[in-house]
Amino acid sequence: MEGFHSQDSVAILIGFLVLIVVIRLAYVLYWSGRPLRTLSQRVSTLIVLGSGGHTAEMLSIVNVLEKDRFVPRFYIAAGTDNMSLQKARVLEESLIQKEEIGNKKDIEKIACFEQIYRSREVGQSYLTSIYTTLVAILHALWLMLKFRPEVIICNGPGTCIPICLVAFIFKVVGIRWSSIFYIESIARVKRLSLSGLLLYKLHLADQFYVQWPQLQRKYQRAHYVGCLM
Amino acid sequence: MTSGAVDREKEKKVVFVTVGTTCFDALVKSVDSRHVRNELKKRGYTNLLIQMGRGSYIPRKSTMQSCGEDESLVVDYFTFSPSIADYMRSASLIISHAGSGSIFETLRLRKPLIVVVNEDLMDNHQSELAEELAERKHLFCASPQTLGQTIQTMDLDSLLPFQSGDGLPVAKLINKFLGFPAE
Repeated sequence: MEGFHSQDSVAILIGFLVLIVVIRLAYVLYWSGRPLRTLSQRVSTLIVLGSGGHTAEMLSIVNVLEKDRFVPRFYIAAGTDNMSLQKARVLEESLIQKEEIGNKKDIEKIACFEQIYRSREVGQSYLTSIYTTLVAILHALWLMLKFRPEVIICNGPGTCIPICLVAFIFKVVGIRWSSIFYIESIARVKRLSLSGLLLYKLHLADQFYVQWPQLQRKYQRAHYVGCLM
Repeated sequence: MTSGAVDREKEKKVVFVTVGTTCFDALVKSVDSRHVRNELKKRGYTNLLIQMGRGSYIPRKSTMQSCGEDESLVVDYFTFSPSIADYMRSASLIISHAGSGSIFETLRLRKPLIVVVNEDLMDNHQSELAEELAERKHLFCASPQTLGQTIQTMDLDSLLPFQSGDGLPVAKLINKFLGFPAE
């Protein structure tokens, strides 16, 4: 009789917890993608640099962002990509020179540059990529705990996926509500990339931008923004 | 003889071929073929410069001396260079792989461009961009097999300049989403 009772209460407890999680998930999904009213003047911003053409497109956005609003800025690039962070640093240094506020010390306060472990190399076997993906997610978790950005701006390829997953978990758990903005590559005219498709279908991105009108017609929740290049 | 050389120097018309950071032997082989060389010569080009990347196919080099007086297409190649932009600027025609980086770099320089799509790539989404821009008349799109044909039939006057875009629409939407007042 006693044993039955405790089993019963455990079942009720588990059911209750599942219900809470489901309600919280529904709440997060409902509010994701809805405009916010940001009360603060500044938002900490995480910028994921994809490499090559992706980085060029991302920096064209950073170029026109209001720099005193989206601050501090954290730049992340894949560990195998040596060029992107350097390009971002050049951009940040040119901004400081433009404003003539001076010395190298200031850049540490407004911009930070980090590499992230890459989840999968081209041609890697599926078995080892399970392990490396896990490591990449743990690394993303560490970086996200460190930065806790209010805004995440990202594009392809897969570098941003672990970051966006962790950001979503943070939303559900209540650690931090980050708004995620994803920009599909200019090279995608008819079909979304795998990363884009994942973020779109799973509602992980708060806003989703495409650079060609025919893609917007196919994916109605996306916003058409014209060419970034 | 010297005055002839000076004239030729004046009328130097360079075709620059770039495969980017990968290897694209099919393109290098194609521009190295007699057919494509002949078509380039017929269109009045005098020099062919090939950036061949990691490819293993070595094109035939030829200088003016080694050829007969009639055959005046000078061919040279290199693997990589930090100053690709300078080569692009001095070229009259650019033949490029389908990577978005070199496509937009060329379009910004307002140079005539033929994009050759690598059909051996597994995930061949790259052709989407080249085909769309060809449809909008910003460039010509070809495959390694049809390159000679494209050079023969292309009408450079039909090309329209590409209007470069920027990140402003994205920045505006992000500001609006976050509830920041527009400036």
